[in-house]
Amino acid sequence: MKKDIILAGVGGQGILTIATVIGFAALKRGWHFKQAEVHGMSQRGGDVQSHLRISDKPIWSDLIPFGKADIILSVEPMEALRYLPYLSPDGWVISNSKPYNNIAVYPDLHKIHSKIESLKNNVLIDADSIAKEEKATRSMNIVMLGAAAKHLDFSFEEFESAIQAIFAKKGEAIVETNIRAFKAGYAKG
Amino acid sequence: MEKLMLLGDEALAQGALDAGISGAYAYPGTPSTEIMEYIQKSKQANNRNIHRMWSSNEKTAFEAAIGMSFAGKRAIVCMKHVGLNVAADPFMNSAFTGANGGLLIIVADDPSMHSSQNEQDSRFYGKFSMLPVLEPSNQQDCYNMIFYGFDLSEKYSVPIMIRLTTRLAHSRAGVVRKVEKEENPIKFPDDPNQFMLLPAFARKKYKKLIELQKAFESESTRSPFNTYDIDAKDKSLGIIACGLAYNYLKENYNETDIPYPVLQICHYPIPIEIVTDLYNYCDELLILEDGMPIVEEMIKGFYWSGTKKIKGRLDGSLSRDGELNPNKVAQALGLADVHGEDIPQIVAPRPPQLCTGCPHADSFLALNEALNEYGKGHVFSDIGCYTLGFLPPYNAINSCVDMGASITMSKGAADAGLFPSIAVIGDSTFAHSGLTGLLDCVYEKANVVIVILDNATTGMTGGQEYTAAGHLEEICIGLGVEKEHIRVFVPLKKNHEEMVKIYKEEIEYKGVSVIIPRRECLHVLKKKNKLED
Repeated sequence: MKKDIILAGVGGQGILTIATVIGFAALKRGWHFKQAEVHGMSQRGGDVQSHLRISDKPIWSDLIPFGKADIILSVEPMEALRYLPYLSPDGWVISNSKPYNNIAVYPDLHKIHSKIESLKNNVLIDADSIAKEEKATRSMNIVMLGAAAKHLDFSFEEFESAIQAIFAKKGEAIVETNIRAFKAGYAKG
Repeated sequence: MEKLMLLGDEALAQGALDAGISGAYAYPGTPSTEIMEYIQKSKQANNRNIHRMWSSNEKTAFEAAIGMSFAGKRAIVCMKHVGLNVAADPFMNSAFTGANGGLLIIVADDPSMHSSQNEQDSRFYGKFSMLPVLEPSNQQDCYNMIFYGFDLSEKYSVPIMIRLTTRLAHSRAGVVRKVEKEENPIKFPDDPNQFMLLPAFARKKYKKLIELQKAFESESTRSPFNTYDIDAKDKSLGIIACGLAYNYLKENYNETDIPYPVLQICHYPIPIEIVTDLYNYCDELLILEDGMPIVEEMIKGFYWSGTKKIKGRLDGSLSRDGELNPNKVAQALGLADVHGEDIPQIVAPRPPQLCTGCPHADSFLALNEALNEYGKGHVFSDIGCYTLGFLPPYNAINSCVDMGASITMSKGAADAGLFPSIAVIGDSTFAHSGLTGLLDCVYEKANVVIVILDNATTGMTGGQEYTAAGHLEEICIGLGVEKEHIRVFVPLKKNHEEMVKIYKEEIEYKGVSVIIPRRECLHVLKKKNKLED
């Protein structure tokens, strides 16, 4: 069993937290795990991505080869499309539909959405609104993790305990908020 | 055994803590910053009171590490590739002095320039200095090589370089720890003149370093990190994979055996005996390395007059520049190289930019207005967040070369008669390499305006402390800048008119002016507020 996941977004949107939760769940199973991150200049409001690889066998490359990703999990719709060269023919694109508009001319959002919806396997949800409804506005990233959960082949409980472990330091209220966000995303995924 | 989830950088840091260092020295620089940050956050380091403060720059960091080695203790000094240019003087000379306590130089290269102004390969410095170099291929190697490197360093009394690239520095995986070692006691060098590089001593030391080369090579030949697998039947090709390039090779064959003989090199100097054996055994060689083609050049240029084909970055089998990846390796091996759909046309670029509300933005907007009447081409800048002032809507700067170059370039341009001539440098970059340049300006009363953007931190690398914080005016006065031409303001929209006026007044002054726009980086402020919550 092996999953290669491209996490995509804009610096500061919380994709590394998604990686940490998935990584924790993988480690709990005794799986191997590699996660290449972006640090430095690109974090200043630029596009960021993380290559996350989990497997029950040893993993060699820190980078996912082009055309081999099982999932592109993006917290921003245009950023989901930026990594299509990595997507395998049967891969899934799971994306937030809400744009993060910090550039001079953001492309036609309708066209971005229809491009995502034209892909063979896609999930497109408004994670920002879902997070808001759940009173978990800062947990949009965890809503997206929930939406991707079924495609990651980990059980609901495995993710739940990973979220508990990762957010435990921040207190019970934050843990509960994130579990709520995860559940809401899970229902939409 | 329990695994820690560590970045390559963090694995090096944990390795150093467990291998008994007494000090870590560094100046922040992507992709090396997290080594020191990990040590600063570590309880273990705190309990042992390991030295873990930032230095002014890589040169001062390096020299302090040599000092700790002189005193018999183990030390690491960490930097990005261009940092080693700054520290090149102590580095080259440390090959002559050698080490007393174990001394490791950890250098993180940045092929593809994810966050750097050039692409250079520190293994060339390794060869230049004639010191051994270790190149980890994964996070566990990072951890293990610290132990191995310190033992090697103390066995031969020489510093050892550990070289890695961005991909490994910033990728996380499980790492298993070893038993923590005791720190070394203070102990003078056996030879009281070991660190005395007067020519008469230095000549002897150079001969000793030359003599050591044979031993270094024999260490490489026997090294557990250089693996040689010659069982494969297909001798039409032999592969040399350096450092993490080996992972990309393995990735392409997945769970099947690689059909060709493979030598993995993670310990330099290159094991000539094994390379010769591989060369004689196979029809052609393919060299895979992340960075510049140093091994390929050595094999092609110096050691063999052979006629067999050597494939790599020099003959176009792999791209001459840029980071290596599994797909490039697949192409070089003639394997199927699949790609997903191209990036759709509709996707717009999203370059990094100054944060909303960044103090630099206000400083640039006012500077632009003050310079309006003179046209473009007057602003020399430096390395930091403010380099993003090059991008629209600011288009405020005209150069970015190396740490500190803004001040000295503005002086050179003023010497040539350019008016006005403005330098824009960050506060931490000023502490790193600006002081001596400013002294040059004062010495000649150069007609320059030096703008020190004071956001109270080293911003671009994530907000580290720096050595001159809180002392900028005193330093400038001490260097001889006239008090009345050191002007401080708070870069905020509401102060725009005042800022433009100050810029204009100091541009008109025929001499050295220092302007300090002072407002804290928003990220640092956020962090602080969080801590106070």
